[in-house]
Amino acid sequence: MGNWSFLVVAVVITALAFDFTNGFHDTANAMATSIATGALRPRVAVAISGALNLVGAFLSTEVAKTISGGIVNDSLITPSMIFAGLVGAIMWNLVTWLLGLPSSSSHALFGGLIGATWVGAGVKGVHFSVVMEKIVIPALASPLIAGVVAMTATYLAYVITSRGNRDQVGRGFRAGQIASASLVSLAHGTNDAQKTMGVITLTLISAGILSHGAGPPWWVVLAAGLAIALGTYIGGWRIIRTMGKGLTDIESPQGFAAETSATTVILASSHLGFALSTTQVCSGAILGAGIGRRLAEVRWSVAGRMVLAWVFTLPAAAAVGGVAAAVAEQGTAGITVVFLAAVAVAVAIYAISRRNPVHAANVNDQPTTTVLPPPQASAA
Amino acid sequence: MDIKWNALGEVAAVAFAVGVAIVVIFSVGILSWSVRRPEGAHYGRESTLATAASGLCFLACAAIVGYGIYLIVPQFH
Repeated sequence: MGNWSFLVVAVVITALAFDFTNGFHDTANAMATSIATGALRPRVAVAISGALNLVGAFLSTEVAKTISGGIVNDSLITPSMIFAGLVGAIMWNLVTWLLGLPSSSSHALFGGLIGATWVGAGVKGVHFSVVMEKIVIPALASPLIAGVVAMTATYLAYVITSRGNRDQVGRGFRAGQIASASLVSLAHGTNDAQKTMGVITLTLISAGILSHGAGPPWWVVLAAGLAIALGTYIGGWRIIRTMGKGLTDIESPQGFAAETSATTVILASSHLGFALSTTQVCSGAILGAGIGRRLAEVRWSVAGRMVLAWVFTLPAAAAVGGVAAAVAEQGTAGITVVFLAAVAVAVAIYAISRRNPVHAANVNDQPTTTVLPPPQASAA
Repeated sequence: MDIKWNALGEVAAVAFAVGVAIVVIFSVGILSWSVRRPEGAHYGRESTLATAASGLCFLACAAIVGYGIYLIVPQFH
């Protein structure tokens, strides 16, 4: 039997912390448009999404067999590299959350692992052709496919219902949104909690605590499910505001079209064997829904910032992961330093976010999330 | 490099067909539901037809949602 070293404990804690940031980053994917159109009250929306994520975590039995899916050479990864990679991913998730930008948590995790592996095991440990196949191409295809589907669907939804009674049409689509948003949440829970379970389980196996080929113990499933559900429930209000109000002004037919398109694209991609990124699918669908309604305003500056964040996700997380790996490889003292530094940065980012907090009560008030409070508010 | 262009194309085609179909069916359902009792009209055969049409559309959507849940939950297959 192996033993619970300091390193293993550190990996488990950071993996759960990553899961938590993953949850509050991705609430927006499922719920932003429902909150924006008033289909669901903000608190109710995040509660439903959190509960379905928890359910999803227990439903998914097939935990990832490899940590990176072949993006890095898994046989070269040590627990300290996993730890460093997770720290890189968490840092990037927190920064993008502060700026209110949706970005892919799995790209952040892959980025962190790539950086940590590069520094820890050399550039030969990174499989760049797999990076192209599993990250770059899907990142270009996801928003495009979802955008075209949502645009067409939105256009047709408006054409078909133009003769109907406006109030009743609005109410009908809002009801439909509840179903489509719930499906996104459930699909998310079965996919994303699984990644964290995989990371923790594989670390426990490499430490000798679990035997080879073992599934995740019940407490890992429970902890990962709770972490992602809690993150979802606490809610990434900053990102919800950007996706629900920032990209375009969403009406309920658009919200329904966007969520339905996103759900179909996600399900098609996971069952026809071409993995697409949930965040990018959902953002693309919202943009498409914005274009599909005539005279709807799409704020391309917000969309541009979001795309910029996508481009930087992998390299930025890789840079932090690389630095963290260089320090963490120095042994227990190095790991402690990285751990404390990460906690300090997280606390600092949280403190900065308090200067202009976004919460359930004001999430729909403004179109964009800013770090500093708007000028008129600070004049007093 | 091994990019599965066929799989990508398949995902795009299926997602487009199914996604647009659901929204169209649901929209038709909402339209029929909203015009089933036009103001001032008496509840004749037309409104019964419209109610039936909207019911059919919503039923079709519910079936597709059910299939979606079936796909998501691994225990079902």
